[in-house]
Amino acid sequence: MPDTADTAGTAQTAGTADTVGTADRAGTATGGPLLQARGLTKTFRVPRSASGSTRLHALDGVDLTVRRGETLGLVGESGCGKSTLARVLLMLERPDAGTLRYDGVDPFALRGRSLLAWRRRVQMVFQDPFASLNPRMSAGELIAEPWRSHPDLVPRAERERRVHELLEKVGLRAADARRHPQEFSGGQRQRIGIARALALDPEVIVCDEPVSALDLSVQAQVLNVLTELQAELGVAYVFISHDLPVVRHMADRVAVMYLGRVVESGPAEEVFTAPRHPYTASLLSAAPRPPTAQDDGPSRRIVLFGEVPSPTDPPSGCRFRTRCWKAEQVCATAVPADEPAPDGPQHLAACHLPIQPSDRGGSRAAAHE
Amino acid sequence: MNGQATPGTAAGNGTALEVRDLSVELSTPQGPVRVVRDVGFEVRSGQTLALLGESGCGKSMTAQAVAGLLDPVAEVTDGQVRLQGRDILRLRRSDRRSLAGPELAMVFQDALTALNPVYTVGSQLAEPFRIHERASRRAAKEKAVELMERVGIPEPRLRAKAFPHQFSGGMRQRLLIAMAVALRPSVLLADEPTTALDVTVQAQIMELLAELRRETRMALVLITHDLAVVAEQADQVAVMYSGTIVESGPVAEVFAAPRHPYTRGLLDSVPAGHPRGSVLPSIQGSPPRPAAVPAGCAFRARCPLARDRCATDEPPLTDTGPGRASACHYWKELADA
Ligand SMILES: Nc1ncnc2c1ncn2[C@@H]1O[C@H](COP(=O)(O)OP(=O)(O)OP(=O)(O)O)[C@@H](O)[C@H]1O
Ligand SMILES: Nc1ncnc2c1ncn2[C@@H]1O[C@H](COP(=O)(O)OP(=O)(O)O)[C@@H](O)[C@H]1O
Ligand code: SF4
Ligand code: SF4
Ligand SMILES: [Mg+2]
Ligand SMILES: [Mg+2]
Repeated sequence: MPDTADTAGTAQTAGTADTVGTADRAGTATGGPLLQARGLTKTFRVPRSASGSTRLHALDGVDLTVRRGETLGLVGESGCGKSTLARVLLMLERPDAGTLRYDGVDPFALRGRSLLAWRRRVQMVFQDPFASLNPRMSAGELIAEPWRSHPDLVPRAERERRVHELLEKVGLRAADARRHPQEFSGGQRQRIGIARALALDPEVIVCDEPVSALDLSVQAQVLNVLTELQAELGVAYVFISHDLPVVRHMADRVAVMYLGRVVESGPAEEVFTAPRHPYTASLLSAAPRPPTAQDDGPSRRIVLFGEVPSPTDPPSGCRFRTRCWKAEQVCATAVPADEPAPDGPQHLAACHLPIQPSDRGGSRAAAHE
Repeated sequence: MNGQATPGTAAGNGTALEVRDLSVELSTPQGPVRVVRDVGFEVRSGQTLALLGESGCGKSMTAQAVAGLLDPVAEVTDGQVRLQGRDILRLRRSDRRSLAGPELAMVFQDALTALNPVYTVGSQLAEPFRIHERASRRAAKEKAVELMERVGIPEPRLRAKAFPHQFSGGMRQRLLIAMAVALRPSVLLADEPTTALDVTVQAQIMELLAELRRETRMALVLITHDLAVVAEQADQVAVMYSGTIVESGPVAEVFAAPRHPYTRGLLDSVPAGHPRGSVLPSIQGSPPRPAAVPAGCAFRARCPLARDRCATDEPPLTDTGPGRASACHYWKELADA
């Protein structure tokens, strides 16, 4: 596949040295970028909309970097393109434009054996552990299934032992290998899904809402499995969730999406405590505060007007402008470029009028209807 | 059973709704299963009671039993539901409809299926005024438009002519709320009213509900699985586990010092408040299926405090102090800890 040109004007951060070591968990995120996306764009054909558009803009110039062993949180409201992005990262969907690099190589250009070898490196854990596991297969068969297409990875004689090992790694027992999905609870099924993803020794696991479908009292168990596996194996996660406290707990870095674009990204602590994009600020302030939260949250609630516009007719300029209380003339005419924060070169926001440290804390105008 | 969720110490705030010993049975191919067991709670005018629990614990069944909207496969086997002092479960169907219809309303989780796709939203909103207030067609339409305006639908006169599928998820939820509060009920049951919505829209809907509650002094029973929503929105909380209420009391008190190991475990497992990337304290195992609730305490297989007595004696919801109750034999150990 011919390389499509990088979208111009996007600030390039990957490859620059880590200046904010505090944001990285000890022992991880030391290497360069493992996975790098630039200007990813994906549209879908849809029935003609009210304005005559037949193209749905699911992704529009998305830049993303995942480093070895880190967790990148991906947040945003329903339909903003998180799962589409995940599908592109997994090569399940081909972007209309933009580039993808794993360890410097474009996986879409690979064929045959080398493609197969690449596929192994990125795995997926799905939201719904009920729908994603074949009920006719036992847990052991489900975990071993990926080896069918990668027969050289684990010698046949080793496989049973390896299945048992994987089951134990995710907190199940070796004897569970013979049981079928319907005999497991939701949390246990999600563990099987994780063990299956691990079977191919991936370097990145894309987790799309991995705990959203689980009982509240079971979510922490599954998050713990993911945390422990990362410490042990050094696998990187792209962690997609609409639950902001969960993302805050899991992520080293975070990317916030709105209508097919990444509007803000950076070290998780910086983004969560000092959001620069008005959308991030409103998202954080809108989320109800957990009873155990320390009091570093936004002091005033910003209640946004309206809902996310349709991705078939996204607004011109800044896509957030129809709901933004800071919007000015320029926001309708010019697409804002990613700009680093004055005090944080890794912390990017795509806004003409980003929130300044002096705006925070004190009075912040609420955008009421 | 003793123990009610929020013992009435109402100072000037009348009790709007009182539920006692409510049990609901489901008929299944394997025989009857009790999915709601001896549930009791009380809500005062102008206050919010949160019914907090995980998926499948029986929150919706409780609400549907209270509202008289149970599926035919389910049946109330015991209990009382007192609305303005009258037990509506004992009323004749027609009496129940004329009292409970206007006085007690419900908002469902799924706004799309709760609206009729073939009628305009204007005519659906006008219906309660025509039925219960015998308003003329014209007057009812006018009231419907006012109501749409009140819940924040832009251009209500124009939008009244539209059909449900032409509205976004948030707007449909606004319409359902409008329909529910049309007759100014004294009690509103809201079953996960924002679960299907985006965070920024959830905030809008919660704000609308809080405003309406203040304006009309209705009592709100807010059903949710979200601890943060409870912390922010409710005055009282009743925590449900496996079909029954295991702890209740004022939200601030319960969350600051829970008196049931389940409540305690839930609060501890919330990521907020723990260092980033740390292993979270978690409750082991998962909730039992309703058909396989163990004898004794339903939580015992997962409980760090469990001992022999828990396997044999079911702990009733018992008062543990002013306005508080717990269904644990050993709640004192948590209170003292
Ligand atoms: N195959 C497809 N055909 C047409 N439209 C699609 C297709 N796949 C996704 N979309 C649209 O693209 C947009 C982005 O979808 P995506 O599933 O990536 O959102 P998301 O952020 O994962 O949302 P959610 O939080 O609801 O899972 C949505 O408007 C969606 O309806
Ligand atoms: N119509 C039905 N048929 C069979 N089982 C049902 C039906 N409705 C609810 N249940 C079961 O009853 C239990 C309680 O359900 P519900 O009140 O909906 O829980 P919650 O609202 O707390 O998630 C669950 O185990 C559920 O699967
Ligand atoms: S670019 Fe303008 S409209 Fe967009 S977020 Fe910034 S201020 Fe708001
Ligand atoms: S009664 Fe026993 S098993 Fe039940 S919550 Fe209390 S200590 Fe735990
Ligand atoms: Mg998705
Ligand atoms: Mg329910």
